[in-house]
Amino acid sequence: MQYAVLIYESEQDFADRPGLMPAYAAYSQALAEAGHMAGGEALQSPHTATTVRLRHGERQVQDGPFPDSKEQLGGFFLIDVPDLDAALTWAARCPAAERCAVEVRPVLAMEAP
Amino acid sequence: MEGRRAAELAARQSFGKLVAWLTARCGDVAAAEDALGDAFLAALRRWPVEGVPRAPEAWLLVVARRRLIDRARRDRTLEQLLPELDAVATDPDTPEPPMAFPDERLRLLFLCAHPAIDPGIQAPLMLQTVLGLTAGRIAAAFLVAPATMGQRLVRAKAKIRDAGIPFVLPGAEALPARSAAVLQAIYAAYTSGWNGEGDDGRDRGLTREAVLLARLCAALLPEEPEAAGLLALLLHCEARHGARRAADGSYVPLLEQEPGQWDAALIAEAEVVLTQASRAGKPGRFQLEAAIQSLHAHRAVSGRVDWPALLGLYDALLALAPSAGGRVSRIAVLAELAGPARALVELGALAAAEPGLREHQPWWALRAHLLQRTGRAAEAQQAYRRAVALADDPAVRAFLAHRAGADRPG
Repeated sequence: MQYAVLIYESEQDFADRPGLMPAYAAYSQALAEAGHMAGGEALQSPHTATTVRLRHGERQVQDGPFPDSKEQLGGFFLIDVPDLDAALTWAARCPAAERCAVEVRPVLAMEAP
Repeated sequence: MEGRRAAELAARQSFGKLVAWLTARCGDVAAAEDALGDAFLAALRRWPVEGVPRAPEAWLLVVARRRLIDRARRDRTLEQLLPELDAVATDPDTPEPPMAFPDERLRLLFLCAHPAIDPGIQAPLMLQTVLGLTAGRIAAAFLVAPATMGQRLVRAKAKIRDAGIPFVLPGAEALPARSAAVLQAIYAAYTSGWNGEGDDGRDRGLTREAVLLARLCAALLPEEPEAAGLLALLLHCEARHGARRAADGSYVPLLEQEPGQWDAALIAEAEVVLTQASRAGKPGRFQLEAAIQSLHAHRAVSGRVDWPALLGLYDALLALAPSAGGRVSRIAVLAELAGPARALVELGALAAAEPGLREHQPWWALRAHLLQRTGRAAEAQQAYRRAVALADDPAVRAFLAHRAGADRPG
């Protein structure tokens, strides 16, 4: 099963990122070597975000992330593991787990065409 | 009639085993329960006419399996379990020598108490999947609307399926924490039954069902002395069930209960279970709580309560599992050893440290009792009134109101 490991970071976490890069690199490598890595990206900080809605055919563009909360999506890993227990084990190893919150969500499996 | 009774008996005794077996193969508790429900309906229809099959559990399993296969053909997400299910005997009416299937209820208990499941729904989930209780019955004990309970159960089962929560025994490193969650959920099921008990109709709530789960858990987890500790605790509570209410339905506190009304057989069983648990040399919260109840039960033999030993057990319990309620109980014991004045000072200090206790009925009831014993009648009456206002159980409320009245000067 594929799971998204979603990393939610505070402003401070975003600021502290450069120091954490080696830990993220090691984590990515460990995931890849175990054969569980299915993808992932780090996102730039929330001040770079723009929110778009289409309402009655009209484009509404707003500065800032959605939703506007204290912790923001900072990045994600896509992992391929047998079950939720394995996903939680890998999520707990993510460098973000110790500092901020990590949300684990199964990926909706699409039927092959 | 015999067929109907046999079907009902099979339902009660085998429900959890059959759900566990089917869940192990399809990973979907809700689908397993639906299929089994269909099988029980078929049994109720056919057994009274055709007679009870030689191996009722196997019959149910085969019919439920057939339902799951029908569903798997329609539902591609279940398709991969077809080969697993095909491994089971195919003709329900001529089962080979009664098939033995492994008891996988422990896995079912661990599944229900998985940390990814909302703790508040873990006990209801166990009662439904392991014992086959209806959402309505569970809802009544947990004081929520049946529709709400039904929805929450459906949501929890959907999470198990969709989030891929595995149907496995936890590994050795996770086992103690996961067992504690299972035991905690069973304890919650018991106390919901205990507290939800009406004062008149003597509805036993879910206490009996919780004891069944505790028995099952103690049998399935022989290496975990806390499982036996929980069983011993619940058996001690059950033993006093009849003595908690006088003939007129009024509340009788533990120390005023007539030990002759306690169920000696249940107490004896509790003592055996607790002794076995203590041999592991791994004390825990439930073993200590059972030991506290065991000391109280000993009054039936010795005619007195061993207060110093009781205080020692409360100290050990609070060191291991601190709780505000436990601290209040400890002070009640202390009052017997050091006197009510000293206990009152400690009770005041406790509330200063934990202001939430000022909304805790036992804190006020104990304070009232201690004030009364130190001759501060007017203050005692006020404290009893506060306790009455905070009491949930009508019988306890009436008891406290009576105490408040009895204490009135003049």
